[in-house]
Formats: sequence, C-alpha cells, structure tokens
Amino acid sequence: MSAVFEQIFQVGFLAAIIRIATPLAFATLGEMFSERAGVLNLGIEGIMLLCAMTGFTATSLSGSLWLGVLAAVLTGMLMGALHALFTVALGLSQHVCGIGVTLFSSGLAYFLYRLIFGQQSVPPSIKGFQTLPIPVLSDIPVLGPAVFNQFALVYIAIIAIPLAAFVLYRTPWGLSVRMVGENPRAADSAGVSVIATRFQAVILGGALMGLAGAFLSMAQFNAFTFGVVSGRGWVAIALVVFGRWDPWRSAGAALLFAFVDALQLRMQASGLGHIPYEAFLMLPFIFTIVAMAVMSRNAVAPSALLKPFRREER
Amino acid sequence: MFRLEVRTSTPAWFNLALPLLAIAATLVLCSGLIALAGAGVLESYGVMFAASLGDSYAITETLVRAAPMIFTGLAVAVAFRAKFWNIGAEGQLLAGAVASCFVGAIPMPGPLAMLLMAVAGAAAGAAVALVPATLRVKFKVDDVVSSLLLNSVIYYALMALIEGPWKDSFSGYPISPPIEDSANFPVLIEGTRLHLGVIVALIAAPLIWFLIARTTLGFRIRVTGENPEAARYGGIHVERVLLSTALLSGALAGLAGVGEVGGVHFQVMSDISPGYGYSGIVVAMLARLNPLGVVPAAIFLAAVMTGAEAMSRATGVPAFLSDVIQGTALLAMLVALLFTAYRIRRVGAAR
Repeated sequence: MSAVFEQIFQVGFLAAIIRIATPLAFATLGEMFSERAGVLNLGIEGIMLLCAMTGFTATSLSGSLWLGVLAAVLTGMLMGALHALFTVALGLSQHVCGIGVTLFSSGLAYFLYRLIFGQQSVPPSIKGFQTLPIPVLSDIPVLGPAVFNQFALVYIAIIAIPLAAFVLYRTPWGLSVRMVGENPRAADSAGVSVIATRFQAVILGGALMGLAGAFLSMAQFNAFTFGVVSGRGWVAIALVVFGRWDPWRSAGAALLFAFVDALQLRMQASGLGHIPYEAFLMLPFIFTIVAMAVMSRNAVAPSALLKPFRREER
Repeated sequence: MFRLEVRTSTPAWFNLALPLLAIAATLVLCSGLIALAGAGVLESYGVMFAASLGDSYAITETLVRAAPMIFTGLAVAVAFRAKFWNIGAEGQLLAGAVASCFVGAIPMPGPLAMLLMAVAGAAAGAAVALVPATLRVKFKVDDVVSSLLLNSVIYYALMALIEGPWKDSFSGYPISPPIEDSANFPVLIEGTRLHLGVIVALIAAPLIWFLIARTTLGFRIRVTGENPEAARYGGIHVERVLLSTALLSGALAGLAGVGEVGGVHFQVMSDISPGYGYSGIVVAMLARLNPLGVVPAAIFLAAVMTGAEAMSRATGVPAFLSDVIQGTALLAMLVALLFTAYRIRRVGAAR
C-alpha cells in the first residue's frame, strides 16, 4: 500500500488528476448553469459524444485544432437549444427529453462518423493538443509541471471556474438565471423573461459540454472512439448535486472524482493482487453514488428544477 | 402568432393516432439522413421493411428482438407510472442475464432450470432496482442519477466476471461458459430463433396491464404517480409503493436479460444488450406508459433494428440510423403528447 501512497505525490499523478478533471469540470459547469436556470439536461452524455465527433471531424478535415473546438462548441450550443426547445418552450418532461436528446445525438454521432470516415480497421487519429508550458509558472516545483505544463484547454477550464462563479453571482444575467431557477413567477413579475433566460443558460451549458467533448477527442484520446465519453456525462450530473449547484464546489467535486479515478488507474497499473481491473473501473461510480447519499441530506436543488413555466397558467 | 391552449377533452381517435403520427414524422425526418448518405429514401425504407416484416422468417427475427424490449418497456412503463424514474433498466437487464446464466449452468431438468433462471434473473433485476428506490426513499437521492450510474457499475461487474472467473480458458475470449443444453429455451417454430421467452413476453404485457388497471397495487402505483400528496392523504404508504414499484420494474427488466441468455445467446458476453434498457424508455413513451401499447411499440423498434442492418448491407447507409430513429421517435412522441393536453390556437394580430 505504501507504494500507492508514494505515487500519489508524484508530478505525473497530479498532472493526471488535472487532465481527468478537465472534461468533467467543463461538463459539470455546463450542467450546473442549465440546472441553476431550472432545466435538468440529461442530454449531456449524448451531447458530449456528438461534440467529440464534430470537433474531431472538423480538425481532421481542416487541420485546425481551434476550428475543431469551435465546431464542438457550436454543436453543443445547437443541441442545448434543441433540449431547451423541448423542455423550456414546449414544457415537456425534462427527464425523458434529456434521454431522447442523448439517444438522438449519440446515434447521430456514430451515424455521421461512419458516413464520413467509413469503416476502417485502424480508426483515424489527429495530432491533438500538445502541452503548452507557461513560462516561469511551470518551473515551480511539483505544482509547476503538473498544473502549468498542460493543454491549452486545461488552462481554459481553470479560468472557466472563477469566470462561471463571477457570471453566476456577480452579473445581472447570473441573477436572472438564479431567479428563474428558484422562483420563475417572481422573476417574471420582475420583468425577467423566464423563457429567454432558460434558453440562454441551457445553450451556454451546451457550449461548455462541447468543450468537454472536444477535450476528450482532441486532447485526451486524439481519436473518436465509441467509448470516448463512457459515462462521463452521467458522472457530471452527479457532480452537480455533489457540488451543490455551485461553480467552486462543482469544480472541487470534479477534482475529487478525478483523484479517485486517477487512483484506480494507478492501482490497476500497479497490478494490485489479482483484483480484476473492472473492479477499479466501478470504483468512481460507486464512490459517486455513496457521495450523493451522504451529501443529499443537505443538498438544496434549485426550487424550480424540473418544473416547466407557462405564463398563462397558475 | 400561435399559442398553446389547454384542451378540455381529447378525442379518442387522437390517442391512437398520436404514436402513428410520431412514427411518421420520425421516418420523414430521418429520410434526410438517408439522402445525405446518397441512397434512395423509399428504397432504403423498403429494404428495412422487407428485412424486418417482409416474410415469416423476418417476422420471427423481429419478434425475437422485440421480446427484451417488451420487458424493458414494461419495466419503464410501470416505474414511470409511479414517477419512479428508473433509467436503470439496462443494468437490471444485465444483472438478470448474469444471474440466469449462473443458474442455467447448473445441471438439472430443463423445465426446472428455466423456471429457476427466470426467478433468479427477476430477483437480480429487482435487487438492482431496489438500490435507487431505497436511496430516494431514505436519503432523497435523485433516482434518475443513481439508476443511471448503477448501469455503469453493473456493466463493469459483468465485465469483471467474463474477464475474470468466467473467462473462456480455452479460447481466451471474454465470454461466460454456456448454460446447460437442457436449459436452452425451446424453439417454437423449427428453423427460426423464435423461442419460448418471446411468448412469455407477449403474455406478460396483458398481465401487467391487468395489474396496473385492475388491482389494488396498480391503483396505488397510479395514484402515487399522479398525486403523491393525495395518495398520502388517502392512506397510501407512498414510500412502500415506490419500493414495490421498483421491485416489479426491476424484475421485468431482469426477465429481459433472462430471455437473451435462455433463448438467444445461451451465455453472457459484453455486448449481450445493444442498449435494450434505454430502448425500453422509447418503447414505454411510444406506448404512452400503457402496458398493452408496449407490444406494438417494441415490435416497431425491433423492426427498425433488424431492418437497419439489411438496409446498411444493401444501400451503404450506416446501420446507426436505427439509433437515430429511436432518439427521434422518442422526441417526436413527446411533442405529439403535447397535443393531447393542448391544442394550437392561432392568435391573430388583428385581435
């Protein structure tokens, strides 16, 4: 066991945690904005997959990584708008629509990928994001190489966390989002358009989910495979609950999950006894369920979450 | 401008026409993708239809695929009726498959083996479904999230089994040992794969309909789903109803796994379910949570799945079109459902 503990404090391990946390942080922040406005987005798993596909494809065809990121973000916004159309404009069940969006977008992702690239024995890959050391900061011992010698998208994620907190708590728009998520009727009387604000929040959430998808296919794996998202979207939904719908806590939850995930990867690699590696793969999911049970006692969801708003109805 | 207006009553023909409308809209929407793939739309749908319902063999193949979706569709319909948001039918199916494979590998008389397989599979599915229900009742954990996450847990547990103790030591493939030949479900029509489990699925639908529509438990499930406050006021123990619903729902999803092991694969592998648990949600919604409607809805999706493969071979349109059709059908049905409660009224500018 002591060998495991030694590894925890290695640079490589810290860097791995940050890399695992990055797509989760994007996805969790995206889901959080949506839920803060009162809309649960279960489409996240499929949206991330579709964005991973469009980002990869755009880069593969154009040769530009940032064009790929742009494509992924636009795809995310489009799918967010689709989910908002069903749940906000039409007021349909958020649970079922989200599953519908996930089924639709994952089907579409595989369909279009196969259409564009055909069936190949070796899946096509791209030269993805390379690490970008930040001068001076990356020379700090341990922390420097782990945090400041990363992909550009990691830095964007690190900036996105305080930015999300600022937007949510310090801007008029953030106030509107929180109002329509807590008390849409009061927001409506105060002159805030519930429908428009919810649309904007879900679309912003989709953009962040797009960044999450782009990170997976363009920085982490540099290819689009069937397992590229593999439940990370569902985990993000749990992390929002675990992070109590707050940007800082949500990002913290993503880091904690990434720690557990990186730990299970290390334990797998160190070949602990003869425990099958799938037992370790289960670990983060079990951890999340247990953590939710512990946290849910005092977790307070936005009051209007899951409740559609129609002005003319009482 | 248009706006939605609450309907005072819904015409009866409307309820029947809605799923058909949704399906028609889906096929029209997805024809764009077929055209994008450079194939003829009518030709492609024609191949799909011929390969899934065109002759008697195709029909039996479609029914074999429909059976697990009838079970998962019933599982979801029952759960959603009580507003127990069971998104975990996939994991419950896998648990049922594993448990029935354990039992089926034990040598014993065939009928006894099949019965015990069903019992074990149903019990395993029910046990899995009990977890999110208990977490919701005891700890107020959102059942959507916990049942979803459990799917991954069960999947990895299955993988651990077939990569570990169950691994085929001869071939090295991650596949469980096969069940006993005597435990294989009997084939009903020689030369097809139509097995006993398909009939059980077809019988289960009216039984579950009876349970929901005509029994006390069914009444409690419906009232709990429609208005938990009123249910509580009326002396219904809402928590207990949720737990019973979870047991019933999980058992049904578990039976979907039993049928796949006993009637189709005779062993467990990693891709034993191509997402039948999630398809169950589509089936249940197309059926408007009515157990009787689950049968045609499952047959429709099964036909799409069987047909898509043939279409892909014949026209080169990727078979993933069937996944897109599923997702689109679910969304189209949801929009269609809107019109049972509302109608569109034109609000003239000259009002």
